[in-house]
Amino acid sequence: MVRALTILILYELIGTILQQGTGLPVPGPVIGLILALGWLLKFGPPDGDLRQAAQSLLKYLGLLFVPAGVGVVSELGVLKQNAPAIIIAIAVSTTLGLLVTGVTMQWFLSRREAKPHA
Amino acid sequence: MHSLLPFFHVWAYLQTQPLLGLAATLCAWELACMLDIKAGHKAWTNPTVLAVLMLVAVLLLTGTSYQAYFTGAVYIHFLLGPATVALAVPMYANWPAIRRNFVPILVSLGAGSVVAALSAMIIAHLLGAPRAIVVSLGPKSVTTPIAMGVAQELGGIPALTAVFVIITGMFGTLICGPLFKAARIKDWQAQGLAAGTAAHGIATSHMIRLNETAGAFGGLAIGLNGVVTALVLPVLVALLGL
Repeated sequence: MVRALTILILYELIGTILQQGTGLPVPGPVIGLILALGWLLKFGPPDGDLRQAAQSLLKYLGLLFVPAGVGVVSELGVLKQNAPAIIIAIAVSTTLGLLVTGVTMQWFLSRREAKPHA
Repeated sequence: MHSLLPFFHVWAYLQTQPLLGLAATLCAWELACMLDIKAGHKAWTNPTVLAVLMLVAVLLLTGTSYQAYFTGAVYIHFLLGPATVALAVPMYANWPAIRRNFVPILVSLGAGSVVAALSAMIIAHLLGAPRAIVVSLGPKSVTTPIAMGVAQELGGIPALTAVFVIITGMFGTLICGPLFKAARIKDWQAQGLAAGTAAHGIATSHMIRLNETAGAFGGLAIGLNGVVTALVLPVLVALLGL
């Protein structure tokens, strides 16, 4: 568990160093994620220890963003002032996102069914 | 009155220590999970939402500042970084499925991702929201640790993004069923991919309960859209001239 956590933190560290060094607007941990995925694809599956640590962390992802979510307490004023804009933006964009992804993927899958040899 | 003095003393001491914020966060989470189980995992009993609401109420009622709370909560918050890297493990497990349908998945997910982010930012901007809110809305379809990191990089407010991400997840979960029916999106793969792309883990955990394939495609969409959004959103924000 400690070894796996060390590996994850090292990837985050390398990602953060690269981000700071290059000034890329991509978060350091995401660069770490891309590097870790690249490593796994090239050198084979994660061992049991890493798999277990990743599973445990992701199982409690909901808990991990509670502290940041509570930060809304300092933003209540801004949130209230812009409530209609925020609600409309989220409702419309989420509906569009679901539709565009779903319809496009459904189109690809139906096309394949229609032409089994394609 | 005199007998209350030691109590105030202890309270004042605890407010400067990390222990209280940490204990409060863990207790709120456990309580929220119990309520969620009791209610049968409804979209509106999401444990993160319940825990955040409880803690916000406690902070407001006790007059505790967010900074005082965060000196303890930071120990939980810190784990978001390693958890983001840990997403590589389920993405690796899903890689055969991604490779088999590489072009359809990438095109569908990319289109949905860009449309969701662009429409959210344009609508908020047209309705007069300030830049910090508009930018914080951009990554709202993505899983929270990545969304907050992206918001931070673009000059948004990570705490607001966390709230937008949760609202998006709950809204997406509530409407995806009727929407898929109306738009004749019948295939579980397409449904799962759409849910994971537009409404991340909250909608995906809903799809997992309906169908295993839909859950797997939701899972791969969460990781892929996180990476795609982190790479593409800075370009979109620049194009919009925000």
